[in-house]
Amino acid sequence: MSREFAGTGALVRLALRRDRWLLPLWLGLFALMASSSASATKSLYPTQASRTAAANVINATAALVALYGRIYDPTSLGAIALIKLTAFGASLIAVLMVFVVIRHTRAEEETGRLELVAAGVVGRAAPLAAALIVAHGASAALGLFTAIALRAVGLPLDGSLAFGLSWALTGISFASIAAVTAQLTTGSRAARGLALSSVGLAYALRAVGDLAERGPGWASWLSPIGWSQQIRPFAGDRWWIAGLPVALAAVLTPVAFVLRSHRDLGSGLMADRPGPSRGTLGDALGLAWRLQRGMLAAWLVGCIAMAIVLGAVAHNVVGLLTSPQIRRFMAALGGARGLIDGFLSAEVGIFGTIVASYGVAACARLRSEEVAGHVELLSSTATTRARVAASHFGVTLSGIAVLLVCTGAAIGVGHGLATGDLRQVGRLVGAAVAQIPAAWVIASGVLVLFGWTPRAVPSAWGILVVFIVLGEFGVLWRLPKWLMDASPFAHSPRLPGGALHVRSIVGLLAVSAGLAAAGFVGWRRRDVIG
Amino acid sequence: MASDAAGTPSAGDSEAIDVRGLVKRFGRATVLNGVDLHVRRGEVHAFLGPNGAGKTTTLRLLLGLLRSSGGSMRVLGLDPWADQSQLHRRLAYVPGDVALWPNLTGGEVIDLLGRLRGSLNEKRRAEMIERFALDPTKHARTYSKGNRQKVALISALASDVELFLLDEPTSGLDPLMEATFRECVKELRSAGKTVLLSSHILSEAEALCDRVSIIRAGVVVETGTLEELRHLTRSTVTAVVERVPSDLASIEGVHGLTLAGQRVTAHVDPAGLNAFVAALSAAGLRSLVCQPPTLEELFLRHYQQQARGNAKREHPTPGQAK
Repeated sequence: MSREFAGTGALVRLALRRDRWLLPLWLGLFALMASSSASATKSLYPTQASRTAAANVINATAALVALYGRIYDPTSLGAIALIKLTAFGASLIAVLMVFVVIRHTRAEEETGRLELVAAGVVGRAAPLAAALIVAHGASAALGLFTAIALRAVGLPLDGSLAFGLSWALTGISFASIAAVTAQLTTGSRAARGLALSSVGLAYALRAVGDLAERGPGWASWLSPIGWSQQIRPFAGDRWWIAGLPVALAAVLTPVAFVLRSHRDLGSGLMADRPGPSRGTLGDALGLAWRLQRGMLAAWLVGCIAMAIVLGAVAHNVVGLLTSPQIRRFMAALGGARGLIDGFLSAEVGIFGTIVASYGVAACARLRSEEVAGHVELLSSTATTRARVAASHFGVTLSGIAVLLVCTGAAIGVGHGLATGDLRQVGRLVGAAVAQIPAAWVIASGVLVLFGWTPRAVPSAWGILVVFIVLGEFGVLWRLPKWLMDASPFAHSPRLPGGALHVRSIVGLLAVSAGLAAAGFVGWRRRDVIG
Repeated sequence: MASDAAGTPSAGDSEAIDVRGLVKRFGRATVLNGVDLHVRRGEVHAFLGPNGAGKTTTLRLLLGLLRSSGGSMRVLGLDPWADQSQLHRRLAYVPGDVALWPNLTGGEVIDLLGRLRGSLNEKRRAEMIERFALDPTKHARTYSKGNRQKVALISALASDVELFLLDEPTSGLDPLMEATFRECVKELRSAGKTVLLSSHILSEAEALCDRVSIIRAGVVVETGTLEELRHLTRSTVTAVVERVPSDLASIEGVHGLTLAGQRVTAHVDPAGLNAFVAALSAAGLRSLVCQPPTLEELFLRHYQQQARGNAKREHPTPGQAK
């Protein structure tokens, strides 16, 4: 057994060496996000009464409950301060850990680097063990830093520890899930996609659970993100729930190792079958579509499933409203229709950012094709540079449009089936279409990085997260307006229900076109480098 | 366009590749420091050099994948950077490290590259797959390095182009396939095609090439036919004589003289050969073997100079004339 794990220590050091900037940066960022939310909330709601009122409004607003979850103790400062980070923050950590695990397992295998390592005194199980040690260790450190940061801004010790624990355990759950998906597929992209869709599914399940009358409903208990919420930091600190994610990791980790020991290096679980001896691909665009269609299909399935579920629960908004005070508040917002629209527009906005992250993944494919040496081979034919870039960029822009149209339709169908009013489909497709320009700006930004600073293409993910965080926390942190306006999402219309400003749509399209043109110019001028 | 250029060869057009003073810098590192490379139409030209000498960088510049930092380049009379797609219709390239799309089959990749190049000869495609014994129905992720190289080679050899740029094309092939490759190159030459073959395998260059350029540390240090290169270099002379003359070492151009009984061995410059053989002859010559330098020796000589050059750079000695 010990021979299987030989060399794990050296691989852990190698992984830490490779991630020496990435991990500390993210760990610090998450701890900072938590503590600054806590201190901002303290000054925002100085009295007990103001906190209780705010908590009650949040709990009564289905859109917010679906996005963030419930506040289980309206009198608790910590519970209110961290509501936006409980489910949402945990899912960001889940994404981070999926990236870390796949990066050190399947991605290394796919590039062939692991072959070099495996030829040394390295056991078959060592790379997976090292990746899990790094990811679990990073999750634990992240939880600990966050707990310390929360205690430092004056929140109670018990709750701070419980919150840190809830984050750490979410990271550990999804690192374990990624360890399994890394064994299933031969491509790292597919393994990452599979693990990320489990994050999306977990987030959607807990939204359904949170919206259930007298929640949490059963769906919350199926979701590791739901478990992290149910620890209820600062609102009861239910430590025993920590057993659920620990049990999940304890089950999945041996599964991953067994799967690993039953396959060859570099292979997936499915054997290779012969393919066609003749090809029909005729140009760069056909190739880009062939390379990207699988990923687009996976995103399409994931987004549509999530959209139908969230669309179907939208009308529950009205049922949640109980106190006469809230009903008056609701009337001021435009009655039941206004509240449902508010919920739907928040959902559509979330999908706008989700689809933008598809845009980053799809456009960044250009860079990974270049690193793999495929662009060198393509560019040695009569295909021009511009065509190579335009092929993937074109697939990206169309993919964004298709995803958003289908997502809008799916929200509409879910909502329509639940209320018997299928006329909503058209409105919601329109609302989703209005999110396309902002996502195009993000994709064009990736093209600029590709054209001018190709090695910085992965930083597009960081920029995307910054834009999402600006949108979520900008108001709470009282950031200046110009900074919040830097995010393209700030200029997307809030539909249905909100106003449609043609000027900002045209502005976003113009920015996107300008960035794309700049990207093409840079790409035409620079060296093809690996 | 292609027929125009082929039909009316202008003065500078007799050379398929005309590179003068080519410089390439990556940041502060200078990788090519004034490369001159002249490849005539219809010849097989070997581009030799140790790892890291700048062979691949030169080829990438010739393809317009990299932008030159100085000097001039014409390939088939065109500017590789500005006329990229026009030029690429007329050439085929096999990279040294062939990376294929893991989820496409070998057959699909061959067809894709052929279509993108604008020419795929169906008859030759089938013939090459047969000769290189490639299974085109396998997905690229299951191919070995040699098989990936075969895919790129087959796609290049099956296209109707004038110029072939091959970067260490046999580095993953087994000896049998290497022989097949040599046959193919000979066929290309008899068909009047131009081939630039980068390699560090000297026997390959010796067997296939009309002319040779040797690159070292970003500079082409020697170029010419093998005959010409050998002419510049010492031959190894081994003789058995009746009595060993005492003044052999003092003859101009004689190096590394070793005496073992009646056997004399020395490396002799072309200029010293006459005097050396005359002295041996006067001493009662019984047998004489004169070996021209192999490419290996040419290569090693330059390589050792480079090593010495590096040592000098590390420990500068004042008053160095050369």
